[in-house]
Amino acid sequence: MKNVVIAGYVRSPFDFARRGALARVRPDDLAAAVVRALIERTGVEPQDIEDLIVGCAFPEGEQGFNVARIVGFLADLPLSVAGTTVNRFCGSSMQAVHMAAGAIQLGAGEAFVCAGVESMSRVPMGGYNPLPNPDLYRDFPAVYMGMGETAENVAEKYQIGRAEQEAFAVESQRKAASARSDGRLAGEIAPVGTPGGELAEDGCLRPETTAEGLAELKPAFLENGSVTAGTASPLTDGAAAVLVVTEEYAERTGLTPLARIRSVAVSGCAPEIMGMGPVHASRKALERAGIAAGDLDVVELNEAFASQALASIRELGLDPAKVNLDGGAIALGHPLGATGARITGKAAQLLAREGGRYALSSQCIGGGQGIATVLEAV
Amino acid sequence: MKIEKVAVIGAGVMGSGIAAHVANAGVPVVLLDIVAKDAPSRSAIAEGAVARMLKEDPGPFMHRRNARRVTTGNLEDDLALVADCDWIIEAVIERVDVKRDLYAKLDAVRKPGSVVSSNTSTIPLGDLVEPLPETFRRDFMITHFFNPPRFMRLLEVVDGPDTRRDASDAVRAFCDRALGKGVVECKDTPGFIGNRIGVYWLQCAVSEAFRMGMSVEEADALIGRPAGIPKTGVFGLVDLVGLDLMPHVLASMKASLPDGDAFREYFDTPALVEKMIADGYTGRKGKGGFYRLRRDGGTRVKEALDLASGEYREARKPSLPALDAAKKGGLRALLDGDGRDARYAWTVIGKTLAYAASLVPEIADDVVAVDDAMKLGYGWKKGPFELIDELGAAWLAARLAADGHAVPALLATAGERSFYRVEAGRLEHLDTAGEYRAVTRPDGVLLLADVKRASKPVARNGSASLWDLGDGVLCLEFHTKMNAIDPGVMEMVRTAIERVADGQRALVVYNEGSNFSVGANLGLALFAANTAAWAQIEGIVRQGQETYAALKHAPFPVVGAPSGMALGGGCEVLLHCDALVAHAETYMGLVEVGVGLLPGWGGCKEMLLRAAAAPGMPGGPMPPVSKVFETVSMASVAKSADQAREMLFLRAGDEIVMNRDRVLAAAKARALALADGYAPPEPATLRLPGPSGAAALDMAVDGFAKAGKATPHDRVVAGALGRVLTGGDTDVLDELDEDALLELERSGFMTLVKHPDTLARVEHMLETGRPLRN
Repeated sequence: MKNVVIAGYVRSPFDFARRGALARVRPDDLAAAVVRALIERTGVEPQDIEDLIVGCAFPEGEQGFNVARIVGFLADLPLSVAGTTVNRFCGSSMQAVHMAAGAIQLGAGEAFVCAGVESMSRVPMGGYNPLPNPDLYRDFPAVYMGMGETAENVAEKYQIGRAEQEAFAVESQRKAASARSDGRLAGEIAPVGTPGGELAEDGCLRPETTAEGLAELKPAFLENGSVTAGTASPLTDGAAAVLVVTEEYAERTGLTPLARIRSVAVSGCAPEIMGMGPVHASRKALERAGIAAGDLDVVELNEAFASQALASIRELGLDPAKVNLDGGAIALGHPLGATGARITGKAAQLLAREGGRYALSSQCIGGGQGIATVLEAV
Repeated sequence: MKIEKVAVIGAGVMGSGIAAHVANAGVPVVLLDIVAKDAPSRSAIAEGAVARMLKEDPGPFMHRRNARRVTTGNLEDDLALVADCDWIIEAVIERVDVKRDLYAKLDAVRKPGSVVSSNTSTIPLGDLVEPLPETFRRDFMITHFFNPPRFMRLLEVVDGPDTRRDASDAVRAFCDRALGKGVVECKDTPGFIGNRIGVYWLQCAVSEAFRMGMSVEEADALIGRPAGIPKTGVFGLVDLVGLDLMPHVLASMKASLPDGDAFREYFDTPALVEKMIADGYTGRKGKGGFYRLRRDGGTRVKEALDLASGEYREARKPSLPALDAAKKGGLRALLDGDGRDARYAWTVIGKTLAYAASLVPEIADDVVAVDDAMKLGYGWKKGPFELIDELGAAWLAARLAADGHAVPALLATAGERSFYRVEAGRLEHLDTAGEYRAVTRPDGVLLLADVKRASKPVARNGSASLWDLGDGVLCLEFHTKMNAIDPGVMEMVRTAIERVADGQRALVVYNEGSNFSVGANLGLALFAANTAAWAQIEGIVRQGQETYAALKHAPFPVVGAPSGMALGGGCEVLLHCDALVAHAETYMGLVEVGVGLLPGWGGCKEMLLRAAAAPGMPGGPMPPVSKVFETVSMASVAKSADQAREMLFLRAGDEIVMNRDRVLAAAKARALALADGYAPPEPATLRLPGPSGAAALDMAVDGFAKAGKATPHDRVVAGALGRVLTGGDTDVLDELDEDALLELERSGFMTLVKHPDTLARVEHMLETGRPLRN
């Protein structure tokens, strides 16, 4: 078996959908800018790349036409680099990493660019033509349940109160704000050209967030619910990319590996509590890696909602002090297709930075799934 | 001279409102104020004004994007921005010294030939420009807007002795056509027309109410509706303009009006009002006024001020003998009684009309200008001289004399005659010499009222009429209560189709009511539903569909020309026209869901066809459906014709006309332009998503319901609407024709109209005028 390593991670700035600075940037251009930056920064030889795998949750409109192939052209990759678009909703670009790792294990290539993109400004959530199966919606409406409602279900089932959710959101904002002001985010961000000029910083952060301020917000999804806009990740535009190669290739070509991929897993769960997806998937991945939650030094757990992140932390027995060191999606934003690459690349980078042994990246997925990756220090 | 760029100096409520309205007209505008103290930006005053206006609803901007036409700045750093402006409007504090200083600064930078005007409401023109050079005086005039400038149609203009007529003509033409104002030329006298008579009237009504012991509700009821004055009456109006504004205007009047002026009797502000102003009770903008709304839990209680005690108490609907008398006997009966109510009404109305009659020709050349000013500036249905005609000039003179009041010379001149008469189909007014003269209309103004005076209808029933506009164009006029659509209107639509097809060239659908049409007559529908006359209701729906479809496919062009509200069935008739020429203040919406129904006269179908053809609509079967569903399921009403375009009620080629009085002429011209080589629209087909699409819409509505934003019956109504808009049981591969869509509308409508919760909504709407949230 070949060892697979992550040898680079870059993302665009993330900003609010519709009113943010990326609203008028095409998602294919956005992803191409990130892919180009990844190649420049890592120094990987473009000719060696087997495939460009791009995750996208609503791959249509400007992020349609097999956007991976389009991004390859826009990023001036050699014509020989193939391109495939993958959709596992929020888990799309972590799935891209898994596919690359699997292909490498099969001997189907040495170097892969695994990217993700979502313009939630330019392609609506649900796509332009949402056409759910009417019979399934009648018989099993949870399949199509709105994400906010699933977060309420998790809060209810796992007794995650509103104040607890808000404290978590404040902490996420605080961590992200200090990471930004200390320059800990700049290294991963590739500046992007926009109609308003070059954008180099995230736009979603609300460093001024306080528990008192959050307490005043109205429930966003259920009339008497506990989840608000302040304890949910915002609609976001953004792209991210990681370089996935064999350890041997990295050594041979002088790349700097950030972390080794130790194990991966996906798992289905009940769609009405899709936020618990990380629990099932992470347990499988940890078992495959032969380690326990207590062995983890770094965790990147996507904060789709505070309620599901808290419930997942509790169920998995994670140490909150090791989760989302530089803030999570509640503060940074959650461009659906891009998040998996962001948190997996970030986990690898943090493992190198913080000097631990194991890292986990995991996220929940609409429709009732989870996905997880265990990384090991090189 | 063309006005292509405007500057407004002074970003207070008036100045910023004027700037917004210039932007509404599509003209770039510079808005400057003094440098802000202790603010992060030196231009914070003008910037803040634009930001504030964007938050108002309904706001000074007809569309948010119009704010981009406003360039903000401050007078110290940005004065050069006025250099290329054709017209500079001064709207700063009412102080002669401040204004004169500003004029001198403006004169140094403005381009030769540009016009400078003041929005002063009280300072005579002569005083304003006295120390300024003749070159400035030649380019100077007064343009007095009323608040809010977007909505108030009156614009008083005053030329000085040195004003270049060609320059002021250009401003008048711009204000008329681009800003849509009713431009009234005034003499250079204090308060011009509107404030001279209007403030007198308000002061007289307020002072006499204190003196004669009338409650504010009684006063407003007596002075409002019976005289064709908005129901805000006097106290409601003072609340609206602000109690604190009145002493300023009065002080200025006091300083400038001559000793013998009748206004002097009412210069004093009642002590209670002075105390209210001091305590911050300045009306709607303050803690309250003569009325206030008190929140009592979830409900709002209207309270009125007791003028004797100065305390608020719950407002009461007055019941007065004079009001009953007026309902039967009209205005004269209101004033004729000897109770305190009739005496109060007589004192206020009699004195106000006498004062107005005494001021011509001092403040205006003729009675028409005075009547126009009071109608356009105060929303009176009739001007003072039209009210005098209603009472009889001789009756008024006799009553004044009997009460020991002086009889104005103009009333004596009129004698037994009226101030207006119709001679050979033309409206004439009495001039100050006692001669009748034709009432003239500006070029390009065509009023149906004039057509009606001059001709007999081509066809008429109790609900609608058909008029001949000449050149082969007929005009279909609704005249039911609030122009509701009833079977009589439908019959006249069919008559119109026959008559135009028989040798005429085109049809314009237009009327001069406050609202084009508020929709179908709900009372009739409820009556039929309560007697379970389902077959009759379905017959009405079917007949409406067939009538509107016939209008759409008639062999001649049909142009709809709305102003004011065009809702429900009134909106649907417009959706079937070939083109619209809409007054800028047109409020269109398919609001049927508010009463638990859905558009059943082809509204769903026409909106789907528009959405499917709209440029930039993403591909696939859902986007047009989603767009229409969003608009119709929320009962969204466009707050301007500009917004209506965005909501697809207007199409790309439809025209928007700023001046209400120019709508009919523009519509007629459009109809004639379309008549050459006209071919009716081809029958259309649509591919719709069917049950999968309906499921997607249900999902969205379920989400709203869970979030507490949709009621149980909202879900029922939205479900039925969703089924119609997605094509019922159609498959995405099938093409549906217009008849199939109409059938879906009809069956959806019938399902809903039989629902008890829908009937509860209809009843509630008829009783309260507000939607029921069940």
